Parts: sequence; C-alpha cells; structure tokens
Amino acid sequence: MIVLYNLVKIFFCVGLFAFGGGTAMLPLIYQGASVFGMNRADFSDMVALSQITPGPIAVNAATYIGLQYAGITGAIIATLAVCLPCFLIMLIVIRLIDKFKGSRIVEGAFVGIRPVTIGLILTAAIFVAGGVLVKGPVVSVQLADIDYYNWIPLGICGGSVVMMSLLKVKPIYVMLIMAAAGAVIYGAIL
Amino acid sequence: MIPQIQNLVVEEKKWMDEEEALDCIALGQSLPGVIAVNLATYVGYRQRGISGAVRATVGIILPAFLSIIIALLLLGYIGDNAYVEGAFIGIKAAVCGLIAVTAVRLLKQMVGGSKPKMIFSIIMAAGSLAAVGVFGVTAVLVIIIGILLGIIFHIFVTSKEVTR
Repeated sequence: MIVLYNLVKIFFCVGLFAFGGGTAMLPLIYQGASVFGMNRADFSDMVALSQITPGPIAVNAATYIGLQYAGITGAIIATLAVCLPCFLIMLIVIRLIDKFKGSRIVEGAFVGIRPVTIGLILTAAIFVAGGVLVKGPVVSVQLADIDYYNWIPLGICGGSVVMMSLLKVKPIYVMLIMAAAGAVIYGAIL
Repeated sequence: MIPQIQNLVVEEKKWMDEEEALDCIALGQSLPGVIAVNLATYVGYRQRGISGAVRATVGIILPAFLSIIIALLLLGYIGDNAYVEGAFIGIKAAVCGLIAVTAVRLLKQMVGGSKPKMIFSIIMAAGSLAAVGVFGVTAVLVIIIGILLGIIFHIFVTSKEVTR
C-alpha cells in the first residue's frame, strides 16, 4: 500500500513540475524512484527501454517503475498519476488561455524554466552515462584515469551523434542500429 | 511524435488549420507534464469536450503502457542473455548521444537575443546542472527556484530594455 502511495506521489509530482518533455523529466523520475531502491543501472535500463518503445517517455517510465515495484496495479496507478496533472491543467488552461497571454509573470516564468530544462536534460545525460560510458559516476576524480572509460560504448555514442547531427538519421533508427551493433559486439564477438 | 500528431490533425482529419495546430503545440510544450498528453487533451477537448479529451488521452498512453508491459514480460522470459545485454549497452550509449544532440540544439536556440538574458540563461542552465547532477538537489526545488528567478529577472531586466 505504501508503495502505491509513493508511486502516486512521485509520478503526480513529475506530471505537475516537469517542463520540457520526457528527457528533462528523467532527473525527477530518478530522484523519486530511489525511494524504491532503484539504482543507476536499473534506471539507465529503464531509459533505454523507454527510448525504443513507442509513446511518451514519461508514460513508459511510469509503467516500467510501477510494474517493477508494485505489479500491474502499480503500472496502472503510476501511469494515471503521471498523466492526471497535465490533463487537468490543460483543461483549465484551454478555458483561461486569453488571460495568460501577455502576462509578464507567465513570460518571466518561462525565462527561468527554459534554461533549467536544459540543465535537467544534461543531468539526465550524466545519470545515464555513469556506468555506461565510464565505469562509475560521471562526476569523479577518476576521469583522469584512462582505464575508467568504456571505449566501445563511447564509440557507439560518438557514432550516434554523427548519425543524428550530420547524417540526419531519425533517433529511433539510430537506437535500433546501435542496439543491433551492441548485440553483435557483446553477444557474438566479445 | 509531435510532427505525427500535427500531420494527423491538420492534413488527415482536418480538425484544425495549420495556425491553430502550431498554437496548440506551443501550448502543449510550455505546460508541465507529458507533451503528448497535453496535445491529446487539447485536440480531444476541441472535438468532443471532456469525453473527447479523456478518449484522446487514453488513446495516446495505451500503446506506451502496453509496449512496456510486453517488453518487460519478454525480457523476464528471456532472462540473462549476452545479446540482450549488449543491445542494452548499445541503446544506452546512443541515448547519451541523443541527449547531447538535444541539449546542443536547445543551447543554440538560447544563444542570441539580448546579452543579459543570454548570460542569465547560461548561469541558470549551468547552475541547475550542477545542483541536480552533481550535488543531488531535488529537481522540483530547482524548477521552482528557476521560475521565481525568471520572473524577477524578466520584470527587472528584460522589461527595462523594452522601455529604453
């Protein structure tokens, strides 16, 4: 019961406070799910699965964490909890939209939210990269040590940046190609 | 996902014209929460009121919900497997690249505009990265502080520039 209560609390907060979409939400989800004992390895597995399954990342994440820690009931409750705040806020805003336009308070709020969103997106990268691109946390004195880096994932990461930014390949195809590459490299070669 | 929704609503179903669709997307992206749910609620409400909003929202979350359940059941069934683990390492490494590309695109949008605003934005982005990513400050708290500082900055600095 306490698990279900925590799921509602965490995902309701995520739905209420997370601006800027799925990736910027990940730090909030990570901090919330640490209550259940979710570590960085579990978290980055969850992020990976959310990226290659269809639909919004936040819904994928809520279903994943709900199912892992409280079964199918947890999955349903967490998913509803993450969607409810934005559903209700949108219904209210549709009716009041004209009053918000041109408000300096609202404009100012977004002047603050936009850069914080970028900071949170970069934070998500740090969380996922720890244990994947390097052998431990990203923020560490061991960064000076050449053995601290995982060179194959770093190569895959670099390759995916080139594919997305220079070759303009869609992210979902990059994910699938790199999944295949990882399966071949770690399953068949190493 | 957003371009797909835009195409469905404007081209296929002709529920909105291009301009209303862009307004709807801008609104969906600026409100908190799941952007796709925001858009579905808006489109559903405009078409069929509350019941339309509920149906559109359920429609957009159901595939995401079911695909995770199925994926986790499959992964549990397969168990430990070097190929699956390798695929996950590949995806996670690519996700790091994807997030970096996204962040750079957003940073480029932020540069430009007035100089004080640019400096403010860079400090806020770096500050929130350090606070949450390095020092483990609660992200919700950082967002609330960001909103308050943004309002203060906007009222005292940006507005003055306009009047000058």
